Amino acid sequence: MITRALLACAFALSTLPAMAETVRMAVTTSFENSGLADVLLPEIQAELGIEVELLVVGTGQALRLGEAGDVDAVLVHSRPAEIAFVEAGHATHWREIMYNDFVLIGPSDDPARIASAQTAADALARIAEAEALFVSRGDNSGTHQKELALWTSAGVDPEDLGRAYNAVGAGMGAALNTASGLNAYILSDRATWLTFGNQADLALLFSGDPEMFNPYSLLPVNPDRHPHVNNAAVMQLEDWLVGPRGEELINAYTVEGQTLFVHSAVPQ
Amino acid sequence: MVSSILPLRIHAAEVKRRGTRLIGPIDLTLGGTGITIVLGPNGSGKTTLLRLMHGLERPAHGGLDWSIPEEEARGSRSFVFQTPTMMRRSVTDCIAYALRVAGTKRAEARARAREVATHVGLRHALDRSAQVLSGGEKQKLALARALIRDPEVLFLDEPCANLDGRATREIETILTDARSRGTRIVMSTHDLGQAARLADEIVFMLNGCVRELNGAETFFEKPATPEAHAFLNGQIVE
Amino acid sequence: MPFRPSARMVSRANVFDAKHKETPLPMNEILEGLVEAAKLIAAFDPELVEITLRSLQVTITAVVIAAAIGLPLGAWLAVMRFRSRRLVIALLNALMGLPPVVVGLIVYVLLSRSGPFGVLGLLFTPTAMIIAQVIIVTPLIASIAHQAIRDLWSEYHDLLISLNTTKRQRVATLLWDARRALLTACLAGFGRGIGEVGAIMIVGGNIDNATRVLTTAIALETGKGNFALALGLGFVLIALAIAVNLLMHSLSRTERSGTW
Repeated sequence: MITRALLACAFALSTLPAMAETVRMAVTTSFENSGLADVLLPEIQAELGIEVELLVVGTGQALRLGEAGDVDAVLVHSRPAEIAFVEAGHATHWREIMYNDFVLIGPSDDPARIASAQTAADALARIAEAEALFVSRGDNSGTHQKELALWTSAGVDPEDLGRAYNAVGAGMGAALNTASGLNAYILSDRATWLTFGNQADLALLFSGDPEMFNPYSLLPVNPDRHPHVNNAAVMQLEDWLVGPRGEELINAYTVEGQTLFVHSAVPQ
Repeated sequence: MVSSILPLRIHAAEVKRRGTRLIGPIDLTLGGTGITIVLGPNGSGKTTLLRLMHGLERPAHGGLDWSIPEEEARGSRSFVFQTPTMMRRSVTDCIAYALRVAGTKRAEARARAREVATHVGLRHALDRSAQVLSGGEKQKLALARALIRDPEVLFLDEPCANLDGRATREIETILTDARSRGTRIVMSTHDLGQAARLADEIVFMLNGCVRELNGAETFFEKPATPEAHAFLNGQIVE
Repeated sequence: MPFRPSARMVSRANVFDAKHKETPLPMNEILEGLVEAAKLIAAFDPELVEITLRSLQVTITAVVIAAAIGLPLGAWLAVMRFRSRRLVIALLNALMGLPPVVVGLIVYVLLSRSGPFGVLGLLFTPTAMIIAQVIIVTPLIASIAHQAIRDLWSEYHDLLISLNTTKRQRVATLLWDARRALLTACLAGFGRGIGEVGAIMIVGGNIDNATRVLTTAIALETGKGNFALALGLGFVLIALAIAVNLLMHSLSRTERSGTW
């Protein structure tokens, strides 16, 4: 352990002139809640000498922070918003790092019988059919956008669900707390669900549809727009994340024996 | 004392509050030595007259002049209120405060405060909170606070109104002592006995106006106005 | 932190089990929270110590600055007579109820790299949190100070005028003699600051090891559904607030020395 740390230090010293570099990165709650950051950040600190400060916010706020130049990079999971962000010139590019998946959570006695559904769209259609309670993030986050896309696939307009559909306008944890209180169905990312402490009578009922895969991308904030951002360190960070060390750590990370993330970056 | 602020000349002064006349028009000259007692029934304007003289009320009409400019005369006057204000401080600090705001150093002000407090009979209470003093002690503190500035003119508004006989006697002793040291005293009271004991000169007020200004002996023996005569006989005058 | 059993999440048999498992009563959560708080304190958890000290650092600094502004302002408003005085007082009282989230948002916009003070690079630092809290706490301190000093001023008015005090001396005298009420004002400000989460979440960002304080940590743990830990931190916060109040009162000896 000590040898490794020393080696890492020696490596860092020999290759990097500045040791105490800081990168400020806005990430979504689902990423922070997964606990993966606790594994990655110390390694990044040791191997690259970069201290990554995480701002845990919703997707919308994360993108606003990047737009304003208040962070050096953004790590989110909302492909259309990412593309728009790059096209608007706020980031130099987007780089997929990994993906995890969304899961459908609901009352453990499953009144809408979604556990036997074939697809995510089918599961949502059954929830609508059974007029079961559903909690939506309702905050325009990546998770919320994915949920809306799935409703569209199911051919259901959530507006038609009436009082069974509860848009809470809150983060994943708060929304899960609400679902737990109402004993309602909810779409969550797997990581937040697994580490969520107030599961009460809820259970994971449906997962595995490829449509529910959730890719995370890194967006380095454009240094032409914001000269103060630490773009060099962000590029180092990106190379490390897409490289073999990142792949190894991300794929090896488990919670309660379950793999959460699949490394999906293609080295350039 | 640099130069005397007396005499005070009040000419056609009127004090109004919200358009209503409180006192005036008043013409009065204050000079000489000794104790002037302002007498009169409740509501006759005694307090307002004292406040006008000390500069606490501004005349709506007319005016008043000390022999030197007001800016300089101000520091040579002190005022003792009917209900003295007790600051949230020790007795010593309360008295010293009057010197502190006039620019005296803290140690010197406190030393002087202890002397004056001893003089008025508050030696036992130097470090006590001013808030817990008895009525008589509070009035003595107010007197000490007024006297510590060594004023040429001292105004007192009914200083013994709420005191028992013994406390009243103590206050009167302090006042006659101040008179013998040359302090010019102007004081209101409705206690005729006290007026008779202390006064060298009487100002008799009625309905906001000065009805009679006379030497004390003359006033008590042969008052010039029928209202004063009635007042001295204990009748209700209006 | 304790994770709930995960087995019931997948297989049908476990789903069946889960149906019969009782959901914890709210009372139990509170007890768990107390236990959690005791554990955290007993272990002298280094992370807890760090965020507690940061909470204190941010709020005490903010209260000191807010008192330096608010106390003289309150005294000045009590003593001075000027045309827009009532307006200023009404404004001050209204600002007491300023939602912290709004303050946070305004400070964020000002300190953002794209905002007017962006070059200072203060966003997401304890300094930014202090700035936000000063804005939240100052109207409260000024308003309570104004009320206390106004009452004292009506009592002292004649005396201070008759002693020919300057306006400056009057303000200084009133501030000193009202010190006990002003201490209460400061403690009220401290209470508002230490328990505040909306503004410092936005301008501080709740960054681990940099800007995380007790309240933002509580919000975070609540979001994770870790109610016991969140409650534990909450009890630590309450204990801290009580400790600071007792300390201030014993230091100022206000409860012991008679009536002033």
